[in-house]
Amino acid sequence: MATLKELSTRKDPLCGGHRACSGCGFPQIVRMICMASKDPVVVVSATGCLEVVTTIFPYSAWTVPFVHNAFENAAATMSGIEAAYRALSKKGKVSKKINFITFGGDGGTYDIGLQSLSGAMERGHDMLYVCYNNQAYMNTGVQRSGATPIGANTTTEPVGKIKQGKMEKRKDLTEIMVAHNLPYVAQATVGYWSDLTRKAEKAFAVTGPKFINVLQPCRLGWIYKPEDTMVIARLAAETCFWPLYEVENGKYKGTFKPKDKKPVVDFLKSQDRFRHLFKPQNAAMLEDIQKEIDVNWEKLLSKEGK
Amino acid sequence: MAVVAKTGNEAMAEAMRQINPDVVAAYPITPATEIVMIFAQFVADGLVDTNYIPVESEHSAMSACVGAATTGARVMTGTSSQGLALMYEILPIASGLRLPIIMCDVNRAISAPINIHCDHSDTMAARDFGWIQIFSENAQEAYDNLLQAVRIAEDPRVLLPTMVTTDGFIISHGMERMEMLEDAQVKEYVGEKKPAYSILDLENPKTIGALDFTDYYFEHKMPLVQAMKDSKQVILEVGRDFGNKFGREYGFFEKYKMDDAELVMVALGSTCGTAKVAIDELREQGIKAGLLKIRVFRPFAAEEIAKELAGKKAVAVMDRSDSYNTQGGPVFTEVRSALYGTSNAPKMINYIYGLGGRDINVPQLKSVFTDLSKIDKMPEINYLGVRE
Repeated sequence: MATLKELSTRKDPLCGGHRACSGCGFPQIVRMICMASKDPVVVVSATGCLEVVTTIFPYSAWTVPFVHNAFENAAATMSGIEAAYRALSKKGKVSKKINFITFGGDGGTYDIGLQSLSGAMERGHDMLYVCYNNQAYMNTGVQRSGATPIGANTTTEPVGKIKQGKMEKRKDLTEIMVAHNLPYVAQATVGYWSDLTRKAEKAFAVTGPKFINVLQPCRLGWIYKPEDTMVIARLAAETCFWPLYEVENGKYKGTFKPKDKKPVVDFLKSQDRFRHLFKPQNAAMLEDIQKEIDVNWEKLLSKEGK
Repeated sequence: MAVVAKTGNEAMAEAMRQINPDVVAAYPITPATEIVMIFAQFVADGLVDTNYIPVESEHSAMSACVGAATTGARVMTGTSSQGLALMYEILPIASGLRLPIIMCDVNRAISAPINIHCDHSDTMAARDFGWIQIFSENAQEAYDNLLQAVRIAEDPRVLLPTMVTTDGFIISHGMERMEMLEDAQVKEYVGEKKPAYSILDLENPKTIGALDFTDYYFEHKMPLVQAMKDSKQVILEVGRDFGNKFGREYGFFEKYKMDDAELVMVALGSTCGTAKVAIDELREQGIKAGLLKIRVFRPFAAEEIAKELAGKKAVAVMDRSDSYNTQGGPVFTEVRSALYGTSNAPKMINYIYGLGGRDINVPQLKSVFTDLSKIDKMPEINYLGVRE
């Protein structure tokens, strides 16, 4: 893996002055992913926070080629770019190796963009798709998505007199991507730079479709102090709320195994989106959440054992 | 040049083979599927250099076309009806980003009820997305129009995506005699694409698809307005040049027995062939009937069309779709709008016909001219060929 010193000499894909919130996690994700590439990159982003805060005309924070098309079609858009790259390479019109990186939020990836992503992965386009997953539609004001965990308060599934926020479990998109038989799939958080960088490097080393699901705390939607982003990202892994692992050609490997798995309440209580769960009448919900996390963690460990 | 028998779909697929685009992204839909199938065979047989993307939907087809076009590649697709409707969201992104993507569009009714046959509802609903729209009367025109579309769309004065349409089944599956150019002739005619920029230019990184707020959006729409205006000159130049090179000249419209015509039909697409037969028969009876066949619907050649219709006794505008605005079909509202405030404007009525592939025949079209001879007694909007 490249050293920090080496990484610091790589081209920063974003310049300062973009308009992400203080404490936002995705600028770091974008930087870590892009700077893990030894080769030049071309970036596509779905509509969402990332695209909005980096491209308000007449400014662009991107120092690398960047395309935004629409919300649900980032993967399809990159399919076209990658296909054109191959056609133009054959004709000798382009020559340099390029890593193609597609970013989408969880709304643009789990929900509205799932078909486009699935199609692009199945067709085998040489691209790395990165979901910066903050578990709700943050750009439009914290609406629930398929990635929103059970019990979270969102503006379209709010806590009320008879409901305790989202009542449904989140979808396991990483496993859906594994089921596409991709050469490389990984789950990461923004909280561990070396883990994320190493995963991106591994992805870039493989030709074909790759997917990394990166959990990214959002101070606005998760409701916490901006300086806590990294702490909360790590808590997600330390509690196994968001296990870190990778699947290389179908082979599972945990990349972070907490010696003493922290209770999930440590993660939940760090954010006000779960505040209501700590009312005495919701104790059973907390227990269920812990149980599910334990079951999923064991399931993951058993997959690794195979 | 070779004289061949081809269906409209075959003609379009052959034109695509000869154009040899860098990228084709397409998805099957009746009655346009064949274009993609035939082209896929060309790819499988190594007859083209194209990187063909068999996408999982038309939405992704147009999205991939947009992505591919940002590299400066020459990009094509084909679709119809619901497929075109699924692309609607991305069509104005293609034109807004000024990407000269070329589309084969086979006109077909829009659901519901689901129906696979010809009308113009799909294409007409796409008329305000900043695409050039060219209609074809037959396989020959589909072929010729597609070749010209490359030159029109990619002209630096235009840079607009362009769709060339045929009528579902009537043209797409009807076999006709047509003339095909030699591969080398087409290669030379369309030339190498010369893009102004490429997203793959790593030395000059571009941000494409940026966000405009209230302070820039309007200004960024104005060049699109101008490009559509400027495309008129280019369409005429390309049509004349095509005529000079290959013997078949094209303009915004075709005039059929218009010079001395008193009663005029305005129509698009395959119906025009039937209308010409009706007009020939009426002429034998001494009725001064004529046809104005609109070829280019976007941009709409309002001034030129108004000039052709000025002084005519009566005009029937034929719409193979309804806009459900209670004011007539889209062609009618355009033509009437073109004539508003002009001197010598003719009386004009509208016929909505042929929805969902309902057949339109010579006696029906002759009856339209009979109606025109008593236009004062006719309702403004008429539905032709529908059971009451």
